[in-house]
Amino acid sequence: MPVMSYIQAVTTALKEEMLRDEKVFILGEDVGKKGGVFRATEGLYNEFGEYRVLDTPLSESAIAGVGIGAAMYGMRPVAEMQFADFIMPAVNQIISEAAKTRYRSNNDWNVPITIRAPYGGGVHGALYHSQSVEAVFANQPGLKIVMPSSPYDVKGLLKAAIRDNDPVLFFEHKRAYRLLKEEVPNEDYVLPIGKADVKREGSDITVITYGLCVHFALQTAEKLANEGIETHILDLRTVYPLDKEGIIEAASKTGKVLLITEDNKEGSIIGEVGAIIAENCLFDLDAPVMRLAGPDVPAMPFAPTMEKFFMVNPDKCEKAMRELAEF
Amino acid sequence: MATEKITMPQLGESVTEGTISSWLVKEGDKVTKYDPIAEVLTDKVSAEVPSSFTGVIKELVASEGETISVGDVMCLMETEEKGAREKEKTTAEQPQTDPVPTEPDQSMKKRYSPAVLRLAQEHDLELNHVTGTGKGGRVTRKDLEKIIQSGELPQKEEQEASISSHTTSQPSETITHAGDMEIPVSGVRKAIAQNMVRSKQEIPHAWMTVEVDVTDLVSYRNRMKKEFMEKEGFNLTYFAFFVKAVAQALKKYPQLNSTWQEDKIIQRKAINLSIAVAAEDKLFVPVIKNADEKSMKGIAKEIFEFANKAKANALTSQDMEGGTFTVNNTGSFGSIHSMGIINHPQSAILQIESIVKRPVIINNMFAARDMVNLSLSLDHRVLDGLICGRFLAYVKELLESMSEENIQIY
Repeated sequence: MPVMSYIQAVTTALKEEMLRDEKVFILGEDVGKKGGVFRATEGLYNEFGEYRVLDTPLSESAIAGVGIGAAMYGMRPVAEMQFADFIMPAVNQIISEAAKTRYRSNNDWNVPITIRAPYGGGVHGALYHSQSVEAVFANQPGLKIVMPSSPYDVKGLLKAAIRDNDPVLFFEHKRAYRLLKEEVPNEDYVLPIGKADVKREGSDITVITYGLCVHFALQTAEKLANEGIETHILDLRTVYPLDKEGIIEAASKTGKVLLITEDNKEGSIIGEVGAIIAENCLFDLDAPVMRLAGPDVPAMPFAPTMEKFFMVNPDKCEKAMRELAEF
Repeated sequence: MATEKITMPQLGESVTEGTISSWLVKEGDKVTKYDPIAEVLTDKVSAEVPSSFTGVIKELVASEGETISVGDVMCLMETEEKGAREKEKTTAEQPQTDPVPTEPDQSMKKRYSPAVLRLAQEHDLELNHVTGTGKGGRVTRKDLEKIIQSGELPQKEEQEASISSHTTSQPSETITHAGDMEIPVSGVRKAIAQNMVRSKQEIPHAWMTVEVDVTDLVSYRNRMKKEFMEKEGFNLTYFAFFVKAVAQALKKYPQLNSTWQEDKIIQRKAINLSIAVAAEDKLFVPVIKNADEKSMKGIAKEIFEFANKAKANALTSQDMEGGTFTVNNTGSFGSIHSMGIINHPQSAILQIESIVKRPVIINNMFAARDMVNLSLSLDHRVLDGLICGRFLAYVKELLESMSEENIQIY
């Protein structure tokens, strides 16, 4: 099995899907000749040509709108937002059209579009290049939001997103792109959207998180295991709609739950996870449900010290996990 | 001079590592700040890395062609300035205050989580008996799961349940009439009340009284009293003789000098006698430590000092800790018979009653003798009548043989 970085897994999944199904095409800013600002679509323009890898104007609403229209006509577009922060001009297209078309047309029409966007901080990108935007879309039934944490999951989930018959937002952590590497099978495989994944078994505390924070939690868990603290880690993978059963099972397993997100704390995905636990797990809980998240300030700061203050990191994870274990 | 590290810079938003394509300097080279020192290649860019300092290249840590993570050391430099490392050292050298060892915090012992209450209910567990490993002594779900797995379940006992329901019941509202006075319960009063309730509820008390003829002791003490006072400056009280006799008897019968500990009895080696000292509305029990090793004068002096301290409210907690047996001078209030409550966690208390002149038959003849009752309360879990009877008989023997010929005051 080849070792692949997170971003190589993205490229591989795109390429394999384009080879498998000629209805699959890519559109976005600089995705063609340049191969994307992060090189996610590198080589695809040369291989598949300008009609399957489209360089678009700087207009996110058009990228989404064109994609949605093509999807309704039976194509399988993969639209790229250069940064998740830039998705805002496309929100109307995504929420009012993509999410609601199947419902509004009583199943006559559907929108099998995948919208990819790199999100997240810790890369010295500040405002416009560091935000987490998943919460904006996470109460729009009709949408699915996938946020993988590892190269293996990226390949399986991106393929699943492209093959899904409804709109999927696929958020990739830009710091994970070249930070995370692991063995990824050459074979074609898909992973189920809507299913969380246990990344580590443990009996003392449960950490439920997604994206890059999974990586931090795993690192910390490894460290705490030396002291006899065993951490159970659930990777949500799909943050909307949530895998309720998986969450209930993981929370009930230890009764001590820490929820982690890189997003601002209030109104974030993990608030909903907390509510699911509160509704279902009262008699298994052994500690108040704990949250570790970014502060409620408008954007990722630029100054390195301030970015560090904002970002979740292994030190913060360790402090929180230790506190919960000791409770 | 200081050694500084130059680390791999972040050369782009998603870049986490870089490859050194070539070094532009070699070891020993002099460079000034911002001079390019190496060419670095990442997935996205190729860039020159500038020096962060002015100085001499000491060591090229990473070799050409090597890929290292952002933040890892590329090379070391000798600089003129006071280095970051030295600054670090000075801060690290600041004295670290050792955490003061404190009593284990038990504030969360009775805070039960929903999971703990559910498990306790399902398995009929008595949570009071579970030692919590959580914060503040909290019983955790895992604590219970371990107990359940081990199969050693501390179960609720009917009797215990009824006792605890008594203690937790709120005092019923008492009707007050005109002229009644409401006295708020002070800290000391509350502590006395709690100790008494605990002792009375936990310890199955039993009682025993012997009558002792102390005629010889009384006549000796009456003769000595004045002389002792003049010489030593304090009273030679009867109580000192009793304390001395009890200390000697405990040496012979250490069973009474012990503590009940559920699964074991701890017999104390040190004979530390608590003596009750009353001061108006308060009751103190200072401790005469190692009473068996002290002379009559030494004991008398300590009693005198404790009484003074109690009046002045100057007794320290050190004065009052470590008692293993209590001698209570009830006779000073004129009592001739009383049943003391044991001073928890000790296992017995001896009440020394009033010395009273009474007609007594000796050798079929009446005689006027000085008589005193000694009333013992005992913890029947630890002690039985036989051993206590022997103990009292020995105290009696010691006291009755105290006379001019064999008493040693010093």
